[in-house]
Amino acid sequence: MIDFGFNLAPSSAVNLDEIDLSRYRALLRMEPDARICMGCGSCTATCTAGPFSGMSVRKVLLALERGQHVEVNRMLEGCMLCGKCMMVCPRGINTRHLILSLCRIKQEENYD
Amino acid sequence: MIERVPGAFHPFVLPFVAGMVFVLGWCLVGMVRILVELPREDRRRFFLSLVTPKTAWKNIKDIFLNCLIHVRLWKRNKVLGYMHSSIAFGWFMLILLGHIEVILFVPERVHFLYYPIFFNFFVAEADSTLQGSLLMFLMDFFLLVILSGIALAMVKRFRSRLFGMRRTTRPSVLDRVGLYSLWAIFPLRLMAEVFTAHISGGSFLTGPINALFLHFFSNDLHYMPTWWAYSIALGVFMFVLPFTRYMHIPAEMLLIPMRNAGIGIRHPRRGFAKLEYYSCPGCGVCIDACPMTASRANVKDCTVYLNRQLRRGNERRIEQISDKCLLCGKCTEVCQVCVQGPELRVAQRRMRSYALSPDYSQIDTAPMQAAVRGAKVLYFAGCMTQLTPSIRKSLEALLRRAGVDYKLMDPDGGLCCGRPLSMAGREEQARELMAKNTEIIRASGCEVLLLSCPICYRVFRESYDLPGVRVVHHTVFLRELQLAGRLPLRSGPETFVYHDPCELGRGCGIYEEPRRLLDGVGTRVEAASHHAESVCCGGSLGSLTLGYRQREAIVRASLKNLTAEHPATIVTACPLCQTTFARYADRPVEDISQTLLRNLG
Repeated sequence: MIDFGFNLAPSSAVNLDEIDLSRYRALLRMEPDARICMGCGSCTATCTAGPFSGMSVRKVLLALERGQHVEVNRMLEGCMLCGKCMMVCPRGINTRHLILSLCRIKQEENYD
Repeated sequence: MIERVPGAFHPFVLPFVAGMVFVLGWCLVGMVRILVELPREDRRRFFLSLVTPKTAWKNIKDIFLNCLIHVRLWKRNKVLGYMHSSIAFGWFMLILLGHIEVILFVPERVHFLYYPIFFNFFVAEADSTLQGSLLMFLMDFFLLVILSGIALAMVKRFRSRLFGMRRTTRPSVLDRVGLYSLWAIFPLRLMAEVFTAHISGGSFLTGPINALFLHFFSNDLHYMPTWWAYSIALGVFMFVLPFTRYMHIPAEMLLIPMRNAGIGIRHPRRGFAKLEYYSCPGCGVCIDACPMTASRANVKDCTVYLNRQLRRGNERRIEQISDKCLLCGKCTEVCQVCVQGPELRVAQRRMRSYALSPDYSQIDTAPMQAAVRGAKVLYFAGCMTQLTPSIRKSLEALLRRAGVDYKLMDPDGGLCCGRPLSMAGREEQARELMAKNTEIIRASGCEVLLLSCPICYRVFRESYDLPGVRVVHHTVFLRELQLAGRLPLRSGPETFVYHDPCELGRGCGIYEEPRRLLDGVGTRVEAASHHAESVCCGGSLGSLTLGYRQREAIVRASLKNLTAEHPATIVTACPLCQTTFARYADRPVEDISQTLLRNLG
């Protein structure tokens, strides 16, 4: 194979018919407030763990809806539970408990 | 002194003896179980403390002062103090004097469990000697004391507001059985002794009432049913005792020596924790104290109900109650037994299993270590102060003004201190963060670690291993600067109220330094409840399940408490309290560093 000095990124297309939403549904049962997130990103802006691990509650919810579990796990593993996201959330979502609930949901398979 | 009953036995003593044997057996088994459940080193420490003269003496003193005299309750409420100590101490004295009577007059009966209790039934002419009549007098005196306490208890049950209690617990069915049998014991004892006073002898209380009754009772046939009723009331009380709140009586006697031995809660149900929740007297003082009860929906989540559910093993409710609490620690502060409600809850949270656990091993602290090297004073702003940059800037301005050579540990955002994680029960992950922070602080070689957030301050003080580093909160540091004359303040006409943050006040015992600082810049008024009884702002990270909307009532109630004396400005020393209050307050809310900066001379 000739090295052109660049290559193609693997496709990041999400097929909504094939993704696994069981975890997102389980979360919605435990935390109905997850629905009212409007994705403003205040949580991301204030996150203590963000600069170190790319943690972002907004992205976690987005990735869950898209079934991207590897990303979700990677971000959750960085969370320090400091609670600033909860303090700044304009929708009043208890993001700290949402993260704890998400960590408690038994994963069907090992996404890692 | 004549023994009246042949064989020194009568069947009426059986209910009492059965109840007594049952309760003693129950407590013995319970004590052995608790000791077995203790970790090995805790058990060793407990036994050692029992034979150490200093702690052994402290145990006796504490049991006497707390279980019998109820000193803590006296300090809080004189009437309630009298009510409890009259019943507890009076009953103790009746038992003690009964034994003295038996030892003095019928020493051969001393091994009979029931003899000291029913002495007046078995022995006639007990007041025929000087010793006898003195003991009789004391018995009557203490019985009168107990009866006055019981009368107060009856009034309290139906009119608790008269005793300064707004809300009290709803007793369970068995609690009621225990309560009514306890109320019945002493009037029945009085009547039984009254009816036999002309046979066994009486004193100032039993004698005259007996003389009164003899005028219209033609025979002695009624005294036997009364002695039976007295014995049955005692028996019923003993039989229900292990299943009611009265279990606190024996539990507390073991709790005090264990606490003095320095044993803490490790598991939410086993060993020492079991003793903690059985020692709860269920009085409900924590209900009025709990900041969550600002909304009625949270009344059943107070520590008294946690203890009740822990006894019942109601897992669903235990989980709910454990997660809701703000961990402000006020229930422990007002509790007569100092039941550690917050610690019980955190232990419960630690039991959870999670499918996913945070991992911070990827975080490289080397650049942070390099940035702080050579600092004398290291200032760690922490997550919450980063969220309120004005507090950080004010403190930095004050430090510069005072000429302090400092370095900021987290100019671009640092790691969390770990306390929020450990409050959520994720102790292992908290330890990981603490190790990272310790690396940075040790690399800096600092002498002083300055913190502007009480949450960080408490964890750095209690859980970090930082030899040679003085961990100090900014209120204390600024006060020291002021005393050294490096922080000139200008006094103005403004009125302030100081809010004690839970972690700084109850958590670390710092109350006076911030107050002295405020005295230097204006007039200071106190909140309705202050110092150790200050009311949590409602924003605490301790609560996992209370959301934004549920917290509003708590914050407003706390603000109402603060503004009782109409101060112009609310001052606190915690960025979290400041943010929480500022959302709903009708007047400015500042951190103390902001107030001082405005009033620099």
